[in-house]
Amino acid sequence: MLRVQGKAVHQCDSGWVPVFVDQEQSISLMSVGFLLEKPDEAVVWRGPKKNALIKQFVSDVAWGQLDYLVVDTPPGTSDEHMAVVDALRPYSPLGALVVTTPQAVSVGDVRRELTFCKKVGLRVIGVVENMSGFVCPHCEECTNIFSRGGGEELARHAGVPFLGSVPLDPELTRSLEEGRDFIQGFPESPAFPALSCIAQKILNEAPVGLS
Amino acid sequence: MEEVPHDCPGVSSAQAGRGASCQGCPNQGLCASGAAAAPDPAIEEIKEKMKTVKHKILVLSGKGGVGKSTFSAHLAHGLAEDENTQVALLDIDICGPSIPKIMGLEGEQVHQSGSGWSPVFLEDNLGVMSVGFLLSSPDDAVIWRGPKKNGMIKQFLRDVDWGEVDYLIVDTPPGTSDEHLSAVQYLAAAHIDGAVIITTPQEVSLQDVRKEINFCHKVKLPIIGVVENMSGFTCPKCQKESQIFLPTTGGAEVMCRDLKVPLLGKVPLDPRIGKSCDKGESFFAEAPDSPATLAYRSIIQRIQESCSLRQPKGENLVGS
Repeated sequence: MLRVQGKAVHQCDSGWVPVFVDQEQSISLMSVGFLLEKPDEAVVWRGPKKNALIKQFVSDVAWGQLDYLVVDTPPGTSDEHMAVVDALRPYSPLGALVVTTPQAVSVGDVRRELTFCKKVGLRVIGVVENMSGFVCPHCEECTNIFSRGGGEELARHAGVPFLGSVPLDPELTRSLEEGRDFIQGFPESPAFPALSCIAQKILNEAPVGLS
Repeated sequence: MEEVPHDCPGVSSAQAGRGASCQGCPNQGLCASGAAAAPDPAIEEIKEKMKTVKHKILVLSGKGGVGKSTFSAHLAHGLAEDENTQVALLDIDICGPSIPKIMGLEGEQVHQSGSGWSPVFLEDNLGVMSVGFLLSSPDDAVIWRGPKKNGMIKQFLRDVDWGEVDYLIVDTPPGTSDEHLSAVQYLAAAHIDGAVIITTPQEVSLQDVRKEINFCHKVKLPIIGVVENMSGFTCPKCQKESQIFLPTTGGAEVMCRDLKVPLLGKVPLDPRIGKSCDKGESFFAEAPDSPATLAYRSIIQRIQESCSLRQPKGENLVGS
């Protein structure tokens, strides 16, 4: 999604060097994807092996000075989630951004995710409702393909901030497919205002400089 | 189920019972002696239990959110429309058990009988089991590591009284980890018909499906085929089609051709699918003429045909 597939991870004196995704070197990335010999290789690991790698990603990568570390997790409330919370706990502040789609079936699972956050003492920065409506490019009719409003209601029920809804946007999907920067490339596209607004809210909620 | 240490190296690893994190674990002696690496007796017990189950289908996906549980539920609905076909739906997504909600069975409880746990019956010929039925609140989180999840899956396969079943459908979480390894391992002796893999059309999803296909090859799990979900959207107002999840590399069709696995079909987006699942109703009843319903039915038929080509349990299995 960030157009750095196939890059290699190098070692330096202070550890593994993360891969920079932009010219300005403002965004660096670490992923098990960089450690696979072939992109189609399946990582068929049980919990303990995954936990060990996650620990290494936190302690053995030479991240350098960072304003924000964003951790993308798989769905669920299991090994990976516990491992990353344990590994990052010494480095406050730590917060969770919880993403759902609008329909009740998704919200049903995400309620449990919020319970996980509470149980492990992880502050919830807010809830994002993704895939929230689709505006037909031909006639501008908006269809709620995956329903609407479930994310906002979930945030209210759980007493956490609702950060916003992001609509379905084929340009966003295309950008991710091609590894292009959607924010730079498609300021007119439907998802842009929503994503920018959410990013701004997060910057306000978790400003740099407070520790 | 016993608690395992945080950094459990795994019972079949070389470090089993010997690692630093093994100190104090109740199973340390067992692991150190090598006994834990011996075949699990549950595998034979499950093989016996599965003798009354004709066909077993695993529903997999590489990615989350591609519609796997929706598909599993509707595969169950579709097969159970014939009242002479006994269908069982087992949800092994331990952390995100959506099947009870999609099947309209939220709040139901599991009962014990002399012959084991009873599945929750939606119809006389459609039984369902999920960890969701064991949770007391919709907010309860199942915060379990791999070994505990594996124990639950073992219990579901060994201790549920499925009875005489024509099709057992196993809905899994996304990925290639504990749950998938356990399901394949515990069903190893019981002959799985194969896996149905769900994807959406874009390359980001297909990338993970290729890994899922490699997983199947690695564990010798036959692949019944791939379903491309969310394949196009027809606007209800102007009837024009849009591709939301763009098949930038040719979608599942090209991938299946390249990897020589069957493409079972493509299901278009229909807002009524999500609504039906939220209400816990069958989409087929809600929208019988939808192109999505027709696509589902065609896929279900192909799955039935594929299963009927494999030897049913009870007959002599040559070279299995």
